[in-house]
Order: sequence, then C-alpha cells, then structure tokens
Amino acid sequence: MTFPVLEGKVAIVTGSAMGMGLATAKLFAAAKAKVIVADFNEEKGKEAVTEIEANGGTAHFIKVDISNSDQVQSMIAETVEKYGHLDVAVNNAALTPDNAPAAEFDEAYWDKLISIDLTGTALCMKYELQQMIKQGNGGSIVNISSVSGFRPQPNNIAYVAAKHGVVGMTKVAAMENGDKNIRVNSVAPGAIDTPMLRGSLEETGQTEEEFAPQLSLLGRFGQPEEIAEASLWLASDQSSYVTGTVIHADAGYTSR
Amino acid sequence: MHNRFDGKVVLITGAGSGLGQASALQIAKEGARLSLVDLNTASLEETKNKVLESVPKADVLLTTADVSDEKAVENYVNQTVQQFGAVDAFFNNAGIEGKQNLTEDFGIEEFQKVINVNLNGIFYGMKHVLKVMKKQGSGSIVNTASVGGIRGVGNQSGYAASKHGVAGLTKNSGIEYGQYGISIKAIAPGAIMTPMVEGSLKQMDPDNWEEAGKEFVKPNPMKRFGKPEEVGYLVAFLLSDQANFINATIIPIDGGQANKY
Ligand SMILES: NC(=O)c1ccc[n+]([C@@H]2O[C@H](COP(=O)([O-])OP(=O)(O)OC[C@H]3O[C@@H](n4cnc5c(N)ncnc54)[C@H](O)[C@@H]3O)[C@@H](O)[C@H]2O)c1
Ligand SMILES: NC(=O)c1ccc[n+]([C@@H]2O[C@H](COP(=O)([O-])OP(=O)(O)OC[C@H]3O[C@@H](n4cnc5c(N)ncnc54)[C@H](O)[C@@H]3O)[C@@H](O)[C@H]2O)c1
Repeated sequence: MTFPVLEGKVAIVTGSAMGMGLATAKLFAAAKAKVIVADFNEEKGKEAVTEIEANGGTAHFIKVDISNSDQVQSMIAETVEKYGHLDVAVNNAALTPDNAPAAEFDEAYWDKLISIDLTGTALCMKYELQQMIKQGNGGSIVNISSVSGFRPQPNNIAYVAAKHGVVGMTKVAAMENGDKNIRVNSVAPGAIDTPMLRGSLEETGQTEEEFAPQLSLLGRFGQPEEIAEASLWLASDQSSYVTGTVIHADAGYTSR
Repeated sequence: MHNRFDGKVVLITGAGSGLGQASALQIAKEGARLSLVDLNTASLEETKNKVLESVPKADVLLTTADVSDEKAVENYVNQTVQQFGAVDAFFNNAGIEGKQNLTEDFGIEEFQKVINVNLNGIFYGMKHVLKVMKKQGSGSIVNTASVGGIRGVGNQSGYAASKHGVAGLTKNSGIEYGQYGISIKAIAPGAIMTPMVEGSLKQMDPDNWEEAGKEFVKPNPMKRFGKPEEVGYLVAFLLSDQANFINATIIPIDGGQANKY
C-alpha cells in the first residue's frame, strides 16, 4: 500500500510495458492515478493494464512510437479524450544502449537511438507541456535520464549523448514553465535490474556479481520499484517546490 | 494509510524552527518516535506542542544542545539511543546564516562561528550517529546544505564555505557507508520562508523587508518562496526506506533557482 498522492490525477508513463516503466505505472495506479500505459509493445502493454486493473487500479493502453510526432500527439489527444486531462507524465521509454566505440559507431543505430531516446523524449515533453499549459493548472513531468546523462560509458556514445541531452532539455523546460506551476524534473537511475540491463549484460557477457559493484556502492542492482518511488515523489504535489532538479538514484555512483 | 516511519526513531537537529520543525511535524504524522535537538529550549517546547496537537500520542524526546560542541552532540546521540534504542534516521539540519557582506569584510571570528555550527556541527553529528547506524546495519541521513552550497550566491563567504563543505562530506561519507546499508544525502534548499530567511531579508532592507522579499524571488523560475512544509515532504521521502538507492547526492529544492546562478 502506498499514499494516494496521485488521487484525481491522470498520468502518462511511456515505455511502461516492462522494466522501470511498468513498475512506475503500477505504483502510480496504487497511488490512485489514472494511468496511461504508453508503449510500442502492444502485447506486454495490454498485459500491464490487465495486471493494474486486477489490483484495483485504473489504466488504459495506448500504442505509440515516441519517435513519431503524429503518434505522440495522438497519445495526448487520446489521453484527454479518455480521462479528461493530463497532470503527470513520466517520459521513460528508451532504446537499449549501443555497443561500439566512438571511432566506429553504427550510424543507422545512432539515428534510431537519438530519434527515440533524445528526440522522442523531447516530443513527448513538448506535447505534454502544450496540454498542461492549455489546462492552466500546472503539472509535473519527469524525464528519465541515467548515470549516462552525467558520466561516460565506453561504447555507448549515442546513449550517453542522448541521456546528457535529456538532462539539458529538462532544465530548459523547467526554467520556462515554473511560473505556470508546471514542474519538470529528472530521475537519473544507476544500474537497475530490468530487461534492458539484463540485455546489456548478456551482450557484454558480464554477470551481476562482476557488474553491480562497479556501478553501485551498495553492491547490488537497484530494483525498478526504487526508481518508481522517486518518480512518484516528483510526480506528486509533495514536490511542489522542486523543478529543474535531477534526483540521482544510483547508490552514489555519480558522486565519485 | 501506510506510515513510512511506524516505530522508527528519527533524530532532528534545529528542530525548534523552520525546516527542522516542519520536518518533525510531517514525520510525526507518519508514526515516528522523535528525538528533537536545538540550541533554543523554548522553541523545542513549541515544536513538541505542535507535534502533540496533531499526533497526541507521539513519543517525543527533547535535548537542548549546541551542535558546534562535540560533547553536546555525543550527548544528544546517547540520549536518543538510551531512550529509544536506535537511530533509524537523522535529519542533520541545524544551521545559521552569518553576515552578508564582501569576503574581505566578513571577519575571521564570524567565519569561524559559521563554520563551527554549519560544518563542524554536521560533521560531529555524522560521526556519532554513523557509529550507531553502522552497528545497526541500517540508517539514513539527510544533511542540510543549501543552494549556496552548490552555487556561488555572493555575500556569504562563511555560509558558502560551510555549505559546500556539507555537500562534500555528504558525497564522501555516502561512498564510505553504502556498503553498511546506510544512505547519506543532502538537500539544497533555495529560498524557503523561515525565520532565517526573514532575518536575511531584514539584513538586506530593514525597513522594507517584505518588498525586498518580493524583489528577491522575481528571478526564481517559480516566482515564489518555498514553504517549510514543502521541505518537510522532501526530508520525509529521503529519510524513508523508499529512498534507499538514493545515496551520496544533493537534491535541490528551490523552485529551479540553482539553474540560474
Ligand atoms: N535499466 C537500467 O539500468 C537503466 C539505467 C539508467 C537509465 N535507464 C533508463 O530507464 C528507462 C527505462 O529503462 P528500462 O531498463 O526499464 O528499459 P526496458 O528496455 O526494460 O523497457 C523500455 C520500454 O520502453 C519501450 N520502448 C522502447 N522504445 C520505444 C518507443 N520508440 N516508443 C514507445 N515505447 C518504446 C519498450 O517497449 C519497453 O517496454 C529508459 O529511459 C532507460 O534508458 C535504465
Ligand atoms: N530557509 C532557507 O531558505 C534555507 C535555505 C538553504 C538552507 N537552509 C538551511 O536549513 C537549515 C534550517 O534553516 P531554517 O531556515 O529552518 O532556519 P531557522 O533559523 O528557522 O531554524 C534553525 C534552527 O536551528 C537552531 N540552531 C542554530 N544554531 C544552532 C546550534 N549551534 N545548535 C543547535 N541548534 C541550533 C536554531 O535555534 C533554530 O531553531 C539551516 O542549516 C539552513 O542553513 C535554509
């Protein structure tokens, strides 16, 4: 059980068919938000809605590719049609990091990753802001960055560039919209145990025992729920004086 | 409703006023046993009365102490452990503002005074509480830094040095103690309307401080001062188990102000 801190609010969580997005959608529903599960994975996205409903929550699936402006605009329109307004958004969807050095990066993968992780996040934020500005009663947007938004990871040039960009765009939007009571913040997770992380481990052939202590001072991976809690706090009115801020949820990784 | 602090022992310094008091009130509502510390005994009593007004059954220990006196710090930690058997969470918060003027005019005595309270006081608090928490194998600490501890604000040499020191200590010790299940973070409040900020506006413009306040927050992205309760919510979140993966980091609560210095 959690606080009903999102009671009466409508929240979009992108990339919520699995991983951290899924944990976030579930926690937001438990906090009494009406949740839009937005993802391009229709099968898993609908499963997420079924699970939320089975636990007494309210949720609706919208299929979206966040790199497509038309689809992002339809996502907002459908949200408002379904639930009447938009109060909270967690822009979380992203493509798995690349795996090639800067001197050799795959240009097609660069374009694709940037179009989702950087441009897609910006598009979501743009149309969420428009809707919130139109409503005129504030709102809270959380963009999911990463330790890679602050520190370099070898062989992740596109991902690191995109996540640094997410931090920058968060702060710009925060500066512009504070007087409208629309708050824009970021959560920068460390190594969190999700399908994305498991996929990267598989690709590089590392185990959790080898990898976790490099990235986490607690010697363990974070759980998706721990990131969801930080997003929930930022999404709720309890953070009403917090904007343009990044919460580093990485067990201390970026402070070294 | 789920109470994040049911049965937990929460120790708060500077609890007689402002951010410390607001945090005590929030955390008391969530079931904590409170150990409250301040230099000012009367203000501690006031906080206790406010707590009991909203939570009549709250368990509250008061200790008068000067946080810049290590013996007094050791004593408030011992008192807490004696009374409650543990320190689950620690809001290491007491601080003073110091004079506002140019660095050359600040004065050695004033500098030492501000460092003694704001930096040494925080260090002593961590030293004695961490011993307890390390034995427990768990705990969370929130130190109060400031936007003036992550950005140059001007006209506050002692304050800036002490609060940057708090940010540094937080990162350093967070790295050391993560392995013991302890997380240490700092908050960096911007302009929160407390007696301290009132005092600071009165230094700027004694006759017209309310006007000075309005001018002061004009460049703030949210165009207003923060409220102590808003900081209380952040402190409660950070001290709770929900924030265990957040460690060795500094969280601004400032309406976006830190991005404008
Ligand atoms: N897992 C980690 O350790 C870690 C660390 C730091 C940051 N992050 C970030 O956290 C966020 C979530 O990561 P995760 O680990 O849960 O990832 P994941 O791969 O497990 O889940 C990502 C979800 O996003 C969806 N998605 C991907 N591209 C999309 C698109 N174009 N349109 C719509 N949906 C799309 C996927 O279908 C999937 O459901 C991402 O922004 C990621 O970069 C993850
Ligand atoms: N209010 C703000 O805008 C703001 C901004 C940034 C940082 N801060 C920091 O927040 C903390 C709390 O500030 P506040 O605004 O609540 O101030 P406040 O003056 O309202 O409260 C501070 C409390 O600390 C106590 N105190 C002072 N020196 C002490 C000592 N040596 N030993 C024990 N107790 C002592 C005071 O008696 C008072 O009750 C301080 O560390 C301050 O620097 C405040």
